[in-house]
Amino acid sequence: MPEHILLRHRDIPEIADLDVYLKHDGFKAFEDVVTNQAPERVIETVKTANLRGRGGAGFPAGVKWSFLTPGVFPRYVVANADESEPGTFKDREIMEGNPYQFLEGVAICSYAAQANTAYIYCRGEFWDLAHELEDKIEALHKHGLLGEGLFDTEYSLRIYVHLGAGAYICGEETALLSSMEGELGQPRLRPPFPAAEGLFAKPTVVNNVETLTNLPPIINQGADWYRSIGTEKSTGPKIFSLSGHVERPGNYELPFGTTFRELIFEHGGGIRDGKAIKGILPAGASAPLLPATDEVLDTPMDYESVPKVGSQLGSASIIVLDETVDIAWMSYKTTSFFKHESCGKCAPCREGTYWMYHILNRIQNGNGAPEDIDLLNRVALGIQGKCFCALGEFSITPVVAGIEHFRSDFEALTGDGK
Amino acid sequence: MLVDKYPKEIDRILNKFPPERKRAATLPLLYLAQREYGHVSKEAIREVAGILDVDPTQVGGLVGFYTLLHSKPGGKYRIQVCTDLPCALRGAEKFAEELCDNLQIKMGETTDDGLITVEEVKCLAGCDKAPMFQLQAPDGIHYFENQDLESAMELIEELRQRGNDA
Repeated sequence: MPEHILLRHRDIPEIADLDVYLKHDGFKAFEDVVTNQAPERVIETVKTANLRGRGGAGFPAGVKWSFLTPGVFPRYVVANADESEPGTFKDREIMEGNPYQFLEGVAICSYAAQANTAYIYCRGEFWDLAHELEDKIEALHKHGLLGEGLFDTEYSLRIYVHLGAGAYICGEETALLSSMEGELGQPRLRPPFPAAEGLFAKPTVVNNVETLTNLPPIINQGADWYRSIGTEKSTGPKIFSLSGHVERPGNYELPFGTTFRELIFEHGGGIRDGKAIKGILPAGASAPLLPATDEVLDTPMDYESVPKVGSQLGSASIIVLDETVDIAWMSYKTTSFFKHESCGKCAPCREGTYWMYHILNRIQNGNGAPEDIDLLNRVALGIQGKCFCALGEFSITPVVAGIEHFRSDFEALTGDGK
Repeated sequence: MLVDKYPKEIDRILNKFPPERKRAATLPLLYLAQREYGHVSKEAIREVAGILDVDPTQVGGLVGFYTLLHSKPGGKYRIQVCTDLPCALRGAEKFAEELCDNLQIKMGETTDDGLITVEEVKCLAGCDKAPMFQLQAPDGIHYFENQDLESAMELIEELRQRGNDA
């Protein structure tokens, strides 16, 4: 792609100023849908474009919107800006660098959902960013791009920023809604899905920041153009957050279907200090570790191809591990994360992550016994399929795959050779 | 009392939500309380519950659940270093250890002058700019990225100076 579609501030540095954004077709798409298009038509366009949710699940956004219970109002749109997956830092760059395109996306989504109120649920750590977004929203009101009777129609829209307070689980959409309502951020039983009973028990659309930022270009340039980018089933551009042992960590906006090899070795400049690559976590801490074989490196990064080699693309946060990384240590780190972030609602996750952590901790400290490896595996498999939400299911994936592919790293710490 | 001191800010917070759903304002009000008192005391919890017409236990439970809310006083500034996997791969654990050594405290402790508490936290979405930390200060939370011991100590000196000037 010659130019950025999402990270447009890389091409137009001042695009975070409203005047500059407006000069570059800013809010043209929003005005077009409000004045010329029925909400159903917007939903159809997004469905045809096959815009898939960028928060990790890859669920088609237009399909999600079409589940809104007909005839029930008010409705709400909530932008999920609770970006907390280890290795993921794309939404933050969008909101800092290209905030108005994101806000226009929120506005388009709100119009399509026939919502007059939208909230941006920003993780509490993004304190400065959240306050900047509030200033930008204020500027949009002053320009008549938010508020009552927009573009001389009856449509009105207000956007509010809401700060979380430090809890990974609030990125799960029903936990996010509970948190917004002033309760503990714990997931809810589904159904009912948010589209039927979401925020304040009203039909609600929850979409990730990157997903929403795709909307203005889809409206401006059309679904066919959008489908020409990426692969047949994973359409459009994707921001890959690259971290770990690479020369040039950072966000890279590339079409779906770009290979791990191209991302890591061309864009990321290869492995730091001339070391060899050992493994890849393709979805932060939340998917199986992949050994860096040629087959894996040549795998296209899209929602269909990554599962074929045994993992998931998720939010596309690619953590690269070089040959010096001890996979038992890596498992300890990811498990520490999940133990800390388990919300405590269901026992398999709450207790399971606790015990995995303690086994890995003693392996780390050199106090593990040889049978601890199988014990760890048994605890992990005991959690599998029994958790209330995906967090518990995610927690075991790096560990189980770590033992499968790099058992010798664990044995070195627990066997006779320790 | 928060209601006497910040009536406008409280109104602005409550106006974001439908009147019958004002419990949604719990987190923003807890932030306000923490800004005012430095931490969220039992008194503060009762004040917030009073504004929202809910039971104090419904507010208090949240303080323990969310990591950015503190029930006990700490240093005036909290330096919260991310030592999660991606940052650890880029030297964050060593950085955190050196910082604590330099301040002559252990992880989680506060300097003798009550200025700085150093804590380890989970991913802050700054993985490509590690080592990095957030500074939880009385006026909000700010990010500091691509850090080393020298830059962190410079910041701490600046904060110390700020305290002396005030």
